Amino acid sequence: MSTAAPTETKPAPPPVETIKVKVDGREIAVPKTMPDPMSGKPVATTMIQACNLARVDVPHYCYHPKLPVAGNCRMCLVEFGTPAMGPDRKPVLNPDGTPKIAKSPRPAIACATPISPGMEIYTTTPGVKQMREGVLEFLLINHPLDCPICDQAGECKLQEYSVEYGQTTSRFVEAKVHKPKQVDLGPRIVLDDERCILCTRCIRFTRDIAGDDALGIVNRGSYNTLAAYPGKAFDNNYTLNTVDLCPVGALTSKDFRFQMRVWFLKETKSVCTSCATGCNIVIGAREDKVYRYEPRENDAVNSSWMCDSGRLNYKWIGAANRITRLLRQNPGAGSEPITWTTAAREIADRLLAARPGSVAIIGSARQTNEELFLLARVARQVSAVTDSVPRTQTGDKLLVSADRNPNSNGARLTGIAPAVLGSNLRAIADGIAKGTIKTLVVFGEDVTKHGIGAELLAKLDTLVACDILSNPTTDRAHYVLPGCAHAEKRGSFTNGKGRVQRFMKAVEPRGDARPEWEFLHELVRNLNGQDGFTTIEGLFNLMAREVPAFQGLTWAALGDTGVTITLPA
Amino acid sequence: MIVKREKLNFWERLYAPAVLGGFKVTWHHFARTVFRSGPVTMEYPEQKWVVPPGYRGAPYLVKDQAGRTKCVSCQLCEFVCPPKAIRITPPGASGAPGAGNVEKGPAEFEINMLRCIFCGFCQEVCPEEAIFLQQDYSLTGTSRAEMIYNKEKLLALGGTHQDKIQKWKHKAEEAQAQDVFPVPPAA
Repeated sequence: MSTAAPTETKPAPPPVETIKVKVDGREIAVPKTMPDPMSGKPVATTMIQACNLARVDVPHYCYHPKLPVAGNCRMCLVEFGTPAMGPDRKPVLNPDGTPKIAKSPRPAIACATPISPGMEIYTTTPGVKQMREGVLEFLLINHPLDCPICDQAGECKLQEYSVEYGQTTSRFVEAKVHKPKQVDLGPRIVLDDERCILCTRCIRFTRDIAGDDALGIVNRGSYNTLAAYPGKAFDNNYTLNTVDLCPVGALTSKDFRFQMRVWFLKETKSVCTSCATGCNIVIGAREDKVYRYEPRENDAVNSSWMCDSGRLNYKWIGAANRITRLLRQNPGAGSEPITWTTAAREIADRLLAARPGSVAIIGSARQTNEELFLLARVARQVSAVTDSVPRTQTGDKLLVSADRNPNSNGARLTGIAPAVLGSNLRAIADGIAKGTIKTLVVFGEDVTKHGIGAELLAKLDTLVACDILSNPTTDRAHYVLPGCAHAEKRGSFTNGKGRVQRFMKAVEPRGDARPEWEFLHELVRNLNGQDGFTTIEGLFNLMAREVPAFQGLTWAALGDTGVTITLPA
Repeated sequence: MIVKREKLNFWERLYAPAVLGGFKVTWHHFARTVFRSGPVTMEYPEQKWVVPPGYRGAPYLVKDQAGRTKCVSCQLCEFVCPPKAIRITPPGASGAPGAGNVEKGPAEFEINMLRCIFCGFCQEVCPEEAIFLQQDYSLTGTSRAEMIYNKEKLLALGGTHQDKIQKWKHKAEEAQAQDVFPVPPAA
């Protein structure tokens, strides 16, 4: 359980010793050792890693770069040769002076065979092709071939390699071995043992990475079956990673089961918002409905994994109690729809008319850096007291962070939140009670749960509430602004370790909702008369110039995996 | 595959026999039309044209001889449909009720017959032989909504397909023989 703890990329180590090998006739220098995926200690580079560096694809099922090597699927068999040695222990040379290569009489699995100097690896020979075809034929002997009802279809390695190495018809005329189907492996996993090709990726993941030795193979020979330890549920917080790891459709997610075929899903690079870790994710959506989150590889943050609780935390995006109308509400006198321009003008007028010091702004550490930056500008303009809401629960050793806000650091750096989130909330509540604070602007939080109850909200002259789901605060607001989920807009978060990561828009906002930063940009312009940027790129770059901690960053430089900044002590 | 072009012989190079052969068909039709008694046209729509076998009309869903809806909601037809006329709602985690070892079936299956171009891709792509282009070529309705055929309507129009293979039944029997079905409940 030691290893997958995400670590920051270290500065470049001293130059590594390299070995020259030939992959399909092309010479390439590869490091002599590579870090072991589990312990991180240097171990001899394997042939599959060398092929990877040479950009030569070697088909494989059981090998995974982040897991210990098992070497059981045999799909990565390659042919190879090493420089021949004479009786005098000197390399035998060809007439033209090149070392004579002694081709190995038998193939080797590329995932577990270390390279040696001068080695030649052949991945395109007729022999290798025949071996791949043979291995695939064996793997398919007991496979049910039920692709039409299999959720993995479309992202299945068996399907992919069948295209390249499969037979058009099966030579197997005997009855297939049938195994248990629809096995309820745990609260989130359904197992189909017939589809399993026994690669043991799931076993290795849950034992060595998740630290929960729950899975194993039982029975013998053709009756080999993946099963959970008797009496033990497979219910740790990382079980759904085994669904991603499973190269076939044996392990399937109950949440995604029979929901949508994967080839319809539009994939958008995003960031998980369930805690301060900020795991990189891919959002799978079709026709403005989010179907699933999947982890996206980022060795500086989440390796290739994410927790189940974060992965399944997307249903609120399509919830029935989404706020979809932009409303001006008069307590007791109903509400009327208004436009964003009207709202920005009226709210700006009210803020400008307010006595300095009588305005409080509560942002959310679930908002993006850009939105918090604009909110801080609003606060500066009207000398408002600001704060945000802390969410602290217990974390775990792998990925779940104790801070459940995705952007607490962004709230601190932009000046919305004090060093300890929530330490101003008491003062704001007292100010409202005493009548010194008459205007409250709330973004993305239900303040009635955080010490500012309904009776205090009733005392306010103006309450502006922007949120995604309706709650007691928005019910009492004079202006209700429909907000966007992170999947509906672009922006960036600063995670617990100071990594600034951007995320993209996967689906359209609901109803009147529009990204908060667009409205805040308009509000800031109404307050101070200055034009800002109407694109997220320009806004981020402006923020990077003005906020010291983000100095030197640009939207483009964030890339897909983000940039780590130094957090002020 | 390359087909070798045969050298034309003398008569073929004249083209006259081929031209005369073509005229023979033309004259045959001409004579039949002129000298036949009775009307030449058909009083559509009172009289309906009888389509030849293999005609590709509207696509409908079929059941097998055991009464099982053959569609398993794999959504390949929805994917391949060029005018995007097909819309399938997958069943969700619980699967199809009573589908046994098939596990899956469509919760809803809609074909917008206003969009359908009768191309037959859905039939061609179907891995379950669950959708067939049948004899109907003239579909009418009084509203757009009426022209979106749902699962119930498609199945009623589609009828039964005599499935020679019945692979799911075969699978279940094979598993039962090995004492695997029904699936044992989890411990």
